[in-house]
Amino acid sequence: MILQVQGVSKWFGGLKALSQVTLDLPQGQILGLIGPNGAGKTTLFNVINGVYAPEEGRVIFMGQDVTGKKPYHVAHMGMARTHQIVQPLNELTVRENVMVGACFGRENHNLNEAQQIAEQVLEFVGLGDRADQFAGSLNVAQKKRLELARALASRPKLLLLDEVLAGLNPSEIASMIQTVSAIRDQGVTIIMIEHVMHAVMRVSDRIVVLDYGQQIAEGSPEEVSKNPKVIEAYLGDPKLAERLGRLSHD
Amino acid sequence: MRALRSPGLWLALALTAAAGAWPYFTGSASNREVAFTILLSVALASSLNILLGYTGYVSFGHIVFYGLGGYMGIYLLSERGVSLWLAVLAGGAIAGLLALLLGASILRLRGAYFALATIGVNEAARAFINNFQPFGGPIGMTLNFRLYDHYGGAARALWMVYGVMLGLTLLVILVSYLVKNSKFGLGLLAIRENEDAAEIMGVTAPQAKTWAYVLSAIFPGMIGVLFFFKNGNIEPHDAFRLHLSIEMIVMVMLGGYGTVLGPVLGAAGYQRLRGMLLVSPIFKNIQLAVAGGLLLIIVLFVPAGAVGWLRHRVPVLRKVLE
Repeated sequence: MILQVQGVSKWFGGLKALSQVTLDLPQGQILGLIGPNGAGKTTLFNVINGVYAPEEGRVIFMGQDVTGKKPYHVAHMGMARTHQIVQPLNELTVRENVMVGACFGRENHNLNEAQQIAEQVLEFVGLGDRADQFAGSLNVAQKKRLELARALASRPKLLLLDEVLAGLNPSEIASMIQTVSAIRDQGVTIIMIEHVMHAVMRVSDRIVVLDYGQQIAEGSPEEVSKNPKVIEAYLGDPKLAERLGRLSHD
Repeated sequence: MRALRSPGLWLALALTAAAGAWPYFTGSASNREVAFTILLSVALASSLNILLGYTGYVSFGHIVFYGLGGYMGIYLLSERGVSLWLAVLAGGAIAGLLALLLGASILRLRGAYFALATIGVNEAARAFINNFQPFGGPIGMTLNFRLYDHYGGAARALWMVYGVMLGLTLLVILVSYLVKNSKFGLGLLAIRENEDAAEIMGVTAPQAKTWAYVLSAIFPGMIGVLFFFKNGNIEPHDAFRLHLSIEMIVMVMLGGYGTVLGPVLGAAGYQRLRGMLLVSPIFKNIQLAVAGGLLLIIVLFVPAGAVGWLRHRVPVLRKVLE
């Protein structure tokens, strides 16, 4: 198991954002993390990579207890993430943004090596011709790719993707899905938070569903999409429940 | 070394060296005093830039390092009889040490809270020195004139201090360049742009910030020793002048924060302007108000400063203007 989350709970004041979440993630899999808005998905990411310390439970990454460790500790161990709300280093160039990932991530490269890695990774995510631009001047879709490039440049063992597909058009989604699958094929384990159902159902090996901080279902995409609790959680959006049902019959 | 091939570094060094050589050509002591003030400002602004420009932390009390370093140096010179060289190193060391201790505590604060804490540190240091008898309390310390005889008499000693100031200023510019173009510097820039994102990418922010703070404090500590050695005496209100801290910020912002050349041009430009205002009958009493107004105008209309503005507008210049 590359990652074990054991009974993690997180409160914000009186609000219980996560309640006894437990999951195991074997190496090389893609885990889809879905759930309605406000279900606690991003909070779970924040607990896993050390932005928040949980009030209860433990996070074990590559056999080490990293509960309450700082984000840079887990980054050095090989965990990288992207943000739902993009966080580019605006006044640095696209290349420099990616070099930060390569310099300070798991492999701890020097500037020259980092520059080479940045060129490769930018080529891989399709930003090769933007390297000298300031990151602040990219559009949203490009900034999402930059987030991904920065994370990849650290050569992570585990990659947390927070809604990399949101805001992309259908053809961009298709190419991003290919990119994500290609990353997995390089041996990187992935957890992805996603609202674009057909995409997450297609690429994930397993799905975990959160609702109001509770883990309401877990299993293969097919099992999850038939689960009555999941359909109920999404009932605010009956069409989505319908689409989930249809997908599982494909 | 990549640094030796960088036109940006050479431009900054050459401009400073040329301005610094001017009094040697004219041989005039008054030119030397003007140039000393400019070099001192360039070195202070470039040091502050490591924290303010690269790391994005606003220190309103940076002059505390200059004052404390000056006090340490003058104490060692006049009471312990050490050489000027050792005193300068000790001034840098005590300033660096204070920054290291402060770094662990106040660098956890962000934004306005950090800025406020730095003012508090400066005022606390002034109050402490005011009551610290070994450093002369409120009266301060005065150097014995015979001390200058070790350096060939007062006149020669002043020229020598000027030479050391010039060398130190060039060193600060070199260090500023090397920091900016290092992996450490890339981490600082990442912290400036977005500290949370930087930590998530693996930048050990508390450590990086502390070293940036220490580095930006060491040089002001050394400069303080040189200034007060030249001055001949040191007093609390002279050593911990809060408005000098603010002038340092104006210089960095005027030239362009986060660039190597910016603080050099900003400091020189600001001191020239101040020199003109001081002899003008209208402005001589309100020259600090002009500094405040200038800061307001820069922040509102040219937040990147002169060099930053040029780099944004004319991409070709990015290779020349570091």
